[in-house]
Amino acid sequence: MALIKNGTQVSDQWLVAADDTPVQADIPTIVSYKRFLAERDTLVRSRAELGVKLVPGDDVSAIAADLPRLQVVALDFPKFTDGRSYSTARLLRQRYGFQGEIRATGDVLRDQYLFMKRAGFDAFQVKDGAEAQGWIEAMGELSHYYQPAADGTNAVWAERHAIAAAE
Amino acid sequence: MYRYDEFDETLVKERVAQFRGQIARRLNGELTEEEFKPLRLMNGLYLQIHAYMLRVAIPYGTFNAKQMRMLAHIGRKYDKDYGHFTTRQNIQFNWIKLEDTADILEDLATVEMHAIQTSGNCIRNTTADPYAGAAVDEFEDPRIWAEVIRQWSSFHPEFSFLPRKFKIAVTGAPNDRAAVRVHDIGLTIKKNAAGETGFEVMIGGGQGRSPFIAKTISEFVPRDNLLSYLEAILRVYNMLGRRDNKYKARIKILVHEVGIEEIRRLVEAEWENLKGETSVDLPAEERDRIAAYFRAPSFETLADTDTGYEARRFEDRDFRHWVRSNVVAHRQPGYAIVNISLKPTGGIPGDISGDQMDAVADIADAYALDSEIRATLQQNLVLPHVKLSDLPAVYDKLAAAGLATGNIGLAGDIIACPGLDYCNLANARAIPIAQQISDRFADLNRQYDIGNLEIKISGCINACGHHHVGHIGILGVDRKGEEHYQLTLGGRADDAAAIGEITGPGFSADGIIDAVDNVVETYLSLRQDPAERFIDTLERVGHTPFKENLYGPKAA
Ligand code: HEM
Ligand code: SF4
Repeated sequence: MALIKNGTQVSDQWLVAADDTPVQADIPTIVSYKRFLAERDTLVRSRAELGVKLVPGDDVSAIAADLPRLQVVALDFPKFTDGRSYSTARLLRQRYGFQGEIRATGDVLRDQYLFMKRAGFDAFQVKDGAEAQGWIEAMGELSHYYQPAADGTNAVWAERHAIAAAE
Repeated sequence: MYRYDEFDETLVKERVAQFRGQIARRLNGELTEEEFKPLRLMNGLYLQIHAYMLRVAIPYGTFNAKQMRMLAHIGRKYDKDYGHFTTRQNIQFNWIKLEDTADILEDLATVEMHAIQTSGNCIRNTTADPYAGAAVDEFEDPRIWAEVIRQWSSFHPEFSFLPRKFKIAVTGAPNDRAAVRVHDIGLTIKKNAAGETGFEVMIGGGQGRSPFIAKTISEFVPRDNLLSYLEAILRVYNMLGRRDNKYKARIKILVHEVGIEEIRRLVEAEWENLKGETSVDLPAEERDRIAAYFRAPSFETLADTDTGYEARRFEDRDFRHWVRSNVVAHRQPGYAIVNISLKPTGGIPGDISGDQMDAVADIADAYALDSEIRATLQQNLVLPHVKLSDLPAVYDKLAAAGLATGNIGLAGDIIACPGLDYCNLANARAIPIAQQISDRFADLNRQYDIGNLEIKISGCINACGHHHVGHIGILGVDRKGEEHYQLTLGGRADDAAAIGEITGPGFSADGIIDAVDNVVETYLSLRQDPAERFIDTLERVGHTPFKENLYGPKAA
């Protein structure tokens, strides 16, 4: 598994813990949404850097109050055709103002990269080195966007009228 | 009509390059067919029984002569010299090679056309009233908003992997010619008490195996909030729509299972939040920029009628009949809306040859303002702005190209899906049934006597041929390995939209032709007067007399 962040491959510092593995204070750990809800108080009190992983169907509003305490939210794509995590990512960024890493996991393919980035994802767990290269290429495939989304890029109409105003 | 600026042009070209790369990765094995399928579908490329099929968008049905010539060229160069107009303002090419697809898309891009989102589980080509900008009863051009929606929905980062496909239709007239009530979202432009423009928003309509008429979710959404309201609906659907069963994944099922009140509550709550979070709603200057492209063309000031046209109508019966069925009143004095039927007697509904496409393009250049052409939901074409004085010449040239069949809205104006001749989901053939019915009603005088009658045929329950909303609907089913046809009566897709009712036991391929004839004869014997349409007679007398004549008194 490779992790891509800001268009380059980086080493992954995070441990994705099984639900029965104890969390250690010095290891950045991603726990499941279910576990986070069940052990919230203990986890938040532990000194570990924490991440939570949501699968489609998990309700992001249930962890909204704890987001300032989280460094990573991982959103899973059990199948790449399941698009629910795109909505969750936008909610995290635009409704709950989450500033940490939003990581795409699971069936993550290069052809989804632009959609994911624009929905608010900034880290992508992909299969291997070859694919990481493809991802970097995919970043440049479209240079304008018709609608504003969660990544702060301007919609085409904003570019249009910025030009009109400058002329 | 809308013209691409540098941004639209860049995006369409980049999309072609991106797709070229995806095809290359499929051909070199980097992508599996399973991984490639959603990618090709998002660009309108289907795998059918014999070959690939490419579906090209005609956004809200508006295009021009130059684009039509390009479609003719593509038919000639990459297909068997024809194209097939569909019921959703698209054109399909049925015999495409995967290796050619990127070149075809590159050709299309040179005339501002594409196949973006004509398929796949995303927001599809948005459709609109084919008489937009010309109809007498219209209060605002729906294409402005269809174009706004086209841009917003293209490559949408949140809504490109929906539970299922998503279709939006817009009308700006009280007489619905866009079938908005059988779409995932139907929009009707209206004014509120304060005189502001907005939309009645309807959701959850659709056909397929569980047909539903859309329900109104909001009586009035102000026009400047349309996109945030659509995002709210799409987000609720993306999150809650069923993904466990393809046949239950459309928004109509969500609305049906959860109830319109609860969906309304969820959408309104989402919308309240969204309004503060996103700048998706267009600023006035962008709305005005787009609207400017749809300003009325430069009409001449003309008299209400024209003597040459009147004289020809008086002298020439065929012309008179063609005018009566195919020409519709225009809002501008001295102009007319011309329908071109793609349903010649015994022909394949919606098919058009390369030469015919060129002929339509030539006629549009010579006689249609701005060389404009429209594609309709009935698989026909329209020249929206033609001078009355030019109608005789237009008629003669259409006739020379075999395109002057005067049967719009009549028994011969049949909608049929590709069926078993092309489609690998089909249970039965649809095209040959349409051809035989068309032959049976070949006598145009009989068609004029029968009057408005919409016959629609689907080769399986997916209902691409709209049989649920046909006055007479025909559905192909498989009965122990044999093609068999169910008959429904009373469907309609207009402002009084309704799903047809099944008459009873189905019919064989031969039997269904007689059954349609039988239904028509029953109507003729029961109508109060020739002005009472089939659909009105059926509503007045009910289904029983029709069933009695089909199956005998006992069965009914
Ligand atoms: C030959 C390739 C085609 C395939 C494989 C195909 C497949 C399907 C499927 C599976 C559905 C049902 C979707 C659902 O209810 O969720 C459907 C519906 C539909 N198709 Fe097709 N179709 C094809 C061609 C066409 C053509 C040629 C037209 C237009 C003439 C068309 C227009 C439609 C329409 C309007 C619907 C309907 C209804 C709705 O949205 O509820 N399709 N198609
Ligand atoms: S209705 Fe059925 S047979 Fe006809 S095109 Fe659609 S899927 Fe194919």
